[in-house]
Amino acid sequence: MLLEKLVFDYSLPKIILIKLSGDWRISTGLFSVNEVIAQLASHPDITQINFNVAKDLRWDSGLISFLWKLIREAQAKNINVNCQTLPSEAQKLLALALKVDEKNIPPHKVAESFLEKLGEKVLSISESLRSGLDFLGDIALSFGRLIKGKAYFRGDDFMLLVQRCGVDTLFLVSLISLLVGMILAFVGSIQLKMFGAQIFISDIVGIAMVRVLSAVMTGIIMSGRIGASFAAELGMMQTNEEIDALKTLGISPVEFLVVPRVLALVMMMPILTLFADLMGVLGGYIISVGMLNLNGVEYFNHTQYSVKLSYVWVGLVHSLVFGVIVAVSGCWRGMKCERNAAGVGSATTSAVVTGITGIVIATAIITFICQILGV
Amino acid sequence: MDAVICPVIQAQDLELRYGDYTVMRNLNFSVNKGDIFVVMGVNGCGKSTLLKSLIGLKNPTKGKVLYSGESFWDGDEKAQQNIMRRFGVLYQGGALWSSLTVGENVALPLQLYTKLSSQQVQDVVALKLSLVGLDGYGDFFPSGISGGMRKRASLARAIALDPDIIFFDEPSAGLDPINARKLDDLILELRDGLGATVVVITHELASILAVGNNSVFLDRESKTIIASGDPKVLLADSKDPRVVQFLTRGAESKEQKL
Repeated sequence: MLLEKLVFDYSLPKIILIKLSGDWRISTGLFSVNEVIAQLASHPDITQINFNVAKDLRWDSGLISFLWKLIREAQAKNINVNCQTLPSEAQKLLALALKVDEKNIPPHKVAESFLEKLGEKVLSISESLRSGLDFLGDIALSFGRLIKGKAYFRGDDFMLLVQRCGVDTLFLVSLISLLVGMILAFVGSIQLKMFGAQIFISDIVGIAMVRVLSAVMTGIIMSGRIGASFAAELGMMQTNEEIDALKTLGISPVEFLVVPRVLALVMMMPILTLFADLMGVLGGYIISVGMLNLNGVEYFNHTQYSVKLSYVWVGLVHSLVFGVIVAVSGCWRGMKCERNAAGVGSATTSAVVTGITGIVIATAIITFICQILGV
Repeated sequence: MDAVICPVIQAQDLELRYGDYTVMRNLNFSVNKGDIFVVMGVNGCGKSTLLKSLIGLKNPTKGKVLYSGESFWDGDEKAQQNIMRRFGVLYQGGALWSSLTVGENVALPLQLYTKLSSQQVQDVVALKLSLVGLDGYGDFFPSGISGGMRKRASLARAIALDPDIIFFDEPSAGLDPINARKLDDLILELRDGLGATVVVITHELASILAVGNNSVFLDRESKTIIASGDPKVLLADSKDPRVVQFLTRGAESKEQKL
């Protein structure tokens, strides 16, 4: 095949005549230029390359790619290449490809060593912590301005955010809490049945849901639903330079975009958590009364007796903290988003990861503090 | 013979709508091989909608788009894909895939539609990048190069498979006059080198007059073509005040007022 399309002729002194024929299109594959380079190496006296083009030659970028590499190799060896017998279109393309714009040389990229990459990663952790703290500080200052009435605050936008964080998520939060309550009751009954102590299911469900589980489940749902959407929304605004436009107008993006979001979520979290408490207890009630044949009134009374008001307060503190964590991590990742499509994707992912990790760590810390305080 | 008789692109009685709103109707034109065909008109006249229906993104409500005599919208999916393989599109914003490097952007169509080895794909990518003056920029991400370079990188991707037809949507948008001029030159050089037919959607006067040899002028009010032919001839001879106003940047109408 190769020999049919590419024939070398040495009949003239110091000149190699390359005869091109057949199909040289990309769809039929490319020829390696190595064959010609080997021919040049075996004839070191050659100073010029000429071409002879057969009538049946069919070509596209496949041929140009071959010739382009060949010419660059030949130039490096100080061999003259005569392109005048090539098709005129091919000559034009080659001239275009060989045109070097001196001002347009790409900057030299230096490959990084493993240690450099590791060092950069470590430095980026402290950098990321610092930017997180900066961001929190910004939010605190903006809140200060809001309280003083100096912040630019749009009530309509805020009400829409409240609707998104509250009403729109209510059904999902209710469903998940109801199911968690049912699961808790079901799992608890397996052990408690053995002692004939099924009535204590109400304690397990009531205390677990009200103290911590409702808040944690609501926090996780909000992180996936609201935190992710904050990150994607602000990330897209960053990509579209909408945030730059706010800055140049002298409006603080934290004040205009972040504060209403944090406020809306922090306001809605305790309300949703209270509702989740109720739904969780209802889930336990359905399983206990419907499947385990416990008395409904007795279940209700036992729950009232075992769940103290202080547990409700503990649950609400959890929910407030989770609200701050989810809203701040969503907004922070969105504001730090890289300006491309992949950046928006990774901002959304890391908002959810940061949110959920934050929720788990905060739960551990609050539980520890409650232990010390004896609540 | 067919190639001589059949125009490369032909629009027959084309009508484009968004819901109940008619954007354009009664569009009839043909583009011959080697033409640089300019679609011009003021903002919002339907240039980009027309482009969408030519490149297979928007189904016209009436009429036909013929590629070398073959109707695009009457064909099945496979026939449409075969036609689409014949053209390359340079989108207004470049539309490079931001998660891939410039080289990978150009390589993707080659990997999908040819049987070249990875080394051969790299060779062709290097050639295409040097054709648009971006030799050595293959490892850069689109976010790391300038707007003009992104446009040229996008052009390298559009010509990756040696298309018969290249569509340009507002090629000079966002470019400085020098880079816009360079891109116009590149359009001409690539047309000659690749033997391609070029369709340019633009309202940049300098571009229209520098590269176009055939054109249609879309009018927003009458929702159809009100002038066609070589833009330089239109500038010299057209009597239609809308065309004259456009091609002289409104200078004529000002003079009339004065």
